[in-house]
Amino acid sequence: MRGLVLPAFAIAFWEGVGQARLIQSDMMSRPSEIAWAAFAALRDGSMLLATGQTIATALVGLLIGSAIGISLGAWFGLSSLAGRLSTIAVELFRPIPSVALIPIAMLVFGFGFGMGISIVAFACMWPALIITQTAVREVPRELMEVARGLELKWGSRLFHIVLPDVVPDLFTALRLGAGISLIVAVTVEITANPLGLGYALVVAQETLHPATMYAYLVWIGLMGWVLNAGLLQAQKRWFGRWSSAA
Amino acid sequence: MTMGRISETLGGIAVVLALLGLWSLVTAFGLVSPVFLPPVGDILRALVDLAEDGSLARAVIGTGGRMLLGFGLASLVGCGLGLLTGLSLRARAYVEPSLEFLRPLPASAIIPVAVMFLGLTKTMIFSVIVFGSLWPILLATIQGIRSVEPRLFEMARTMELSHRTVIVSIVLPGALPDIFAGLRLAMTVSLILAVVTEMMSGEPGLGATILQAARSFRSPELFAGVFMLGAIGFCTSTAMEVAQRYLLRWRF
Repeated sequence: MRGLVLPAFAIAFWEGVGQARLIQSDMMSRPSEIAWAAFAALRDGSMLLATGQTIATALVGLLIGSAIGISLGAWFGLSSLAGRLSTIAVELFRPIPSVALIPIAMLVFGFGFGMGISIVAFACMWPALIITQTAVREVPRELMEVARGLELKWGSRLFHIVLPDVVPDLFTALRLGAGISLIVAVTVEITANPLGLGYALVVAQETLHPATMYAYLVWIGLMGWVLNAGLLQAQKRWFGRWSSAA
Repeated sequence: MTMGRISETLGGIAVVLALLGLWSLVTAFGLVSPVFLPPVGDILRALVDLAEDGSLARAVIGTGGRMLLGFGLASLVGCGLGLLTGLSLRARAYVEPSLEFLRPLPASAIIPVAVMFLGLTKTMIFSVIVFGSLWPILLATIQGIRSVEPRLFEMARTMELSHRTVIVSIVLPGALPDIFAGLRLAMTVSLILAVVTEMMSGEPGLGATILQAARSFRSPELFAGVFMLGAIGFCTSTAMEVAQRYLLRWRF
């Protein structure tokens, strides 16, 4: 409850200063104006369209990146030889900031979904790879020995022994990746790609519509918060027993 | 280093060389257009050319300097504000929910706001980097203080330790692992923001270099710039790791 005091006070103060015309500025908009701008953008569908574009980019990128990351991570985790030999290559490629790929993606895909999706996938791949590799490596030795004793094939060893043990970690990877995917998708749109919420934010700024710009900013923040809180709740509900044991 | 470690490192290097060899084969047979994937030799030549006319050093100093300055200021402010907030239970109750709401906000989303107030200037770049990398440090510091064993505070009270001693010998060491996690995240964020803001403003740096190279289809130069950005990322994260291991050596 006390957490609401600060934002409520800030909004009221901001609104009051604006209403009293203490400051004349083309850059600040009163909270009521921002709310109106948000309402207008929601009603004419432009905000929902941009949201859909951003979510599509983030989601497809997240799925592709996680799939690659989890497969590589499982490989490097299961085979200790592959794990040790890949370390240097992984450590060399991982520090490349995802946004450095924007110009490359621009050349290869041009503007559009392909550009955003490929960069999101690159960014989401690394946490998935690292978390999966660690999780698979830490599957209890006894379980792997049982699998060997039963002479299980590679596939059934993966699906019956390893997978049930690492599912909670995979969900953590997915949760982290989801946050990253939204951030990277918006960043690519702000920097270069004429699509989605990030681009809408830039357009509102360049056409001097500060209220609309703040409305998009608050909307993006809200999306990130809901995503984060929702996935945390889901993890607590589905995997609470595991994570409390770990 | 044992024999195992040495052969492991050699094997790892061999894998990297094999990947480069594969890359060269792909480009030599023209499987991918050289605009999308230039030959390794061309990239090296572009790197040498850029280094010789001094533009590489300028770009690296521009990007790296802005990033480190912004990161430095953000860590001072972030740790300071974090200590102030984290040490008071009441301040925490009022401020923390608002901070938690801001945590998942993409730092890049504030760039348009900063551009509106400050224009496409150096001040804008610097403020965005500081502001963006401040949050992870601030939140991590508060988190770290919360994780300090409460009985240590009770002990400090019975021993009548001064406020300063409590902070220096109980709070900071206890919170340091979390603070470092925040610092490492902030380091990554500051590099990303430096590159993005350079791309948008054209301020000399690696971000502007690679975007210009892409626009004029000079792929070897583009890949050389991306390589340098990877190198900066690698060096800074390694430096953080070394610092962390040194400062937290008492834990192991």
